[in-house]
Amino acid sequence: MSEVLVVIDHVDGEVKKPTYELLTIARRLGEPSAVFFGAPDKADGVVEKAKAYGAEKVYVIDDAELKGYLVAPKAEAMAQLAQQSSLSAILFPSTFEGKEVAARLAIKIESGLITDAVDVQAGDGGAPVTTQSVFAGSYTVTATVTRGTPIITVKPNSAAPEETAGAGTVEAFTPTISDAARTTQIIASQPRAATGRPELTEADIVVSCVRGTGGNFDPIEKFADSLGAAVGASRAAVDSGWMPHSYQVGQTGKTVSPQLYVANGISGAIQHRAGMQTSKTIVAVNKDNEAPIFELVDFGVVGDLHSVLPAATEEITKRKG
Amino acid sequence: MRPCKRPALTDHHHRRGREANTMNIVVCVKYVPDATADRQFEADNTVDRVGVDGLLSELDEYAVEQALQLKEKRADEEVTVTALCVGPEKAVDAVRKALQMGADKGVHVTDEEIAGSDYIATSLVLAKAIEKIGADNGPADLIVCGMASTDASGSVVPAMLAERLNLPQVTLASVVETQGDQVRIKRDSEGSTEVIGATMPIVLSVTDQTGEARYPSFKGIMAAKKKPMETLSLADLGIEADQVGLSVAWSKVEDTTPRPPRTAGEIVTDEDGSGAVALAGFLASKKFI
Ligand SMILES: Cc1cc2nc3c(=O)[nH]c(=O)nc-3n(C[C@H](O)[C@H](O)[C@H](O)COP(=O)(O)OP(=O)(O)OC[C@H]3O[C@@H](n4cnc5c(N)ncnc54)[C@H](O)[C@@H]3O)c2cc1C
Ligand SMILES: Nc1ncnc2c1ncn2[C@@H]1O[C@H](COP(=O)(O)O)[C@@H](O)[C@H]1O
Repeated sequence: MSEVLVVIDHVDGEVKKPTYELLTIARRLGEPSAVFFGAPDKADGVVEKAKAYGAEKVYVIDDAELKGYLVAPKAEAMAQLAQQSSLSAILFPSTFEGKEVAARLAIKIESGLITDAVDVQAGDGGAPVTTQSVFAGSYTVTATVTRGTPIITVKPNSAAPEETAGAGTVEAFTPTISDAARTTQIIASQPRAATGRPELTEADIVVSCVRGTGGNFDPIEKFADSLGAAVGASRAAVDSGWMPHSYQVGQTGKTVSPQLYVANGISGAIQHRAGMQTSKTIVAVNKDNEAPIFELVDFGVVGDLHSVLPAATEEITKRKG
Repeated sequence: MRPCKRPALTDHHHRRGREANTMNIVVCVKYVPDATADRQFEADNTVDRVGVDGLLSELDEYAVEQALQLKEKRADEEVTVTALCVGPEKAVDAVRKALQMGADKGVHVTDEEIAGSDYIATSLVLAKAIEKIGADNGPADLIVCGMASTDASGSVVPAMLAERLNLPQVTLASVVETQGDQVRIKRDSEGSTEVIGATMPIVLSVTDQTGEARYPSFKGIMAAKKKPMETLSLADLGIEADQVGLSVAWSKVEDTTPRPPRTAGEIVTDEDGSGAVALAGFLASKKFI
């Protein structure tokens, strides 16, 4: 079986859940090899985790010379790594960075690219067949790559991570980075404060809200916490400055696909739908019984969120005992 | 792999406009099916771009806006904004809209052979067109794209353009500032807020956080009719028909299925707390509690 490269999604060595989903998908297509761009002193911990989800090899790439620049050096490194062996696929997390590295790599190694897959299976002869959800979730599309090594970016929550021990053989890899790849400099980087809640794109439950809450997010946050949910927002909430842009769900924010999405005081504009329509179960609370969001819901409450949510929080806490 | 043709940073002046006082901006605008109307696929699984209402991709309006703001800020320079679109005949509407907003020139690349192109081929045609515009008008200092097209939502074409043109890529800007040939942007990346810097020429992409795009004024609409508009074919760009289009795409859509309509959900009206109890009951029945 030939190798499948999986680019590890992590922050300072903290491996993110989509990595395990990618490794699980990679096993359907071949032998998973994980690729770690990061500090060598973080490698041991990362290797252990990749191994636990089936990585046979882990390529460790010291990113000291790469990390001050935007994507181009990583694309060069991946191209050099890809030339080493025959690969059956290269999987990236569908983050903006993942997509951009994948894009440049596709041109470099003359391979087809599929973005934002929500499922990947082995088709005839083992070649990957991807599923995408397009046009704001109104169509499902399957696709294959017809040239080169299939390069696929995969959305979070596309597979249930399965643990299985891999060999986890470590291979240090030192790419040669050109000066041309080091022309876009990261001058400053301010990490966002941790919220203590699950990551929006990875969460099983997302509770979103809007300016309808008048800047008072207390009822939303308490409700979210009673469910152990991540908090999201519509652009209206972000535009009014009440919520950081990183909370935005939708076409120009994050796409989420949780088990449960609760939209509070959100009308359901097409741009918002584009980011949440593939959620498994959708619930809405809205005081306007004609709000378009109700067309999508499995369960809806017509009512004022300021009274419904605190009472629901109380009821949930009671039921949890 | 292509050899590195990029000059050293100190050498960039010869790549900027012919004179230090000129600046050439190319804005890439895509013509897309209207997202608020029905969107569909053709029998060959390509996006139907002809049988539905189309328009300039909403997210590319922000790219046009940023180009125009830059032109206004650099009033003492001779700044030329060229709107570039690759798409079917109807796609000329997207270029026209950009001209109405205030772009100076339009370039529309259209050719039957382009239909069904993937990102790879689209970026090739755009790159060749940018080179041609550069050869005719002086090399581009700034290529501005939207953050994503509203139909494909790949967010990959700007990175591919940077790769093909061997230029720095500065993507997903929420704030853009320039001084001379220096560009600085702010952006929200996955876990942090970043400041990014590069020296022109660059490929830039901008988000909807950069600020509302202007509407064409009546004057703008009238003026657009007299602005230069060039239509180019693959032959004009020196691209062979077997480099683009559906039959040579490096990825292939096998099947498209409309999502089954969601079964109508249960909707209750809250009366004195009944909504909250019903909501908790529903969540419990689905094992979320
Ligand atoms: C280029 C572009 C990109 C965009 N990208 C995004 C995106 O990524 N994400 C996004 O969300 N939007 C996006 N939008 C904006 C989108 O079009 C809508 O404007 C936005 O989603 C509306 O947000 P909303 O539903 O929260 O607010 P509104 O449309 O103002 O709706 C508020 C809703 O709350 C209800 N409500 C008010 N008070 C209460 C209360 N006390 N209790 C219960 N219900 C209440 C009202 O009945 C109403 O339905 C984009 C727009 C453009 C042009
Ligand atoms: N056919 C096209 N013509 C002009 N510009 C395009 C075209 N396709 C993509 N672009 C540009 O590339 C950006 C990102 O597109 P995408 O990678 O398809 O999401 C868009 O916002 C446009 O600025």
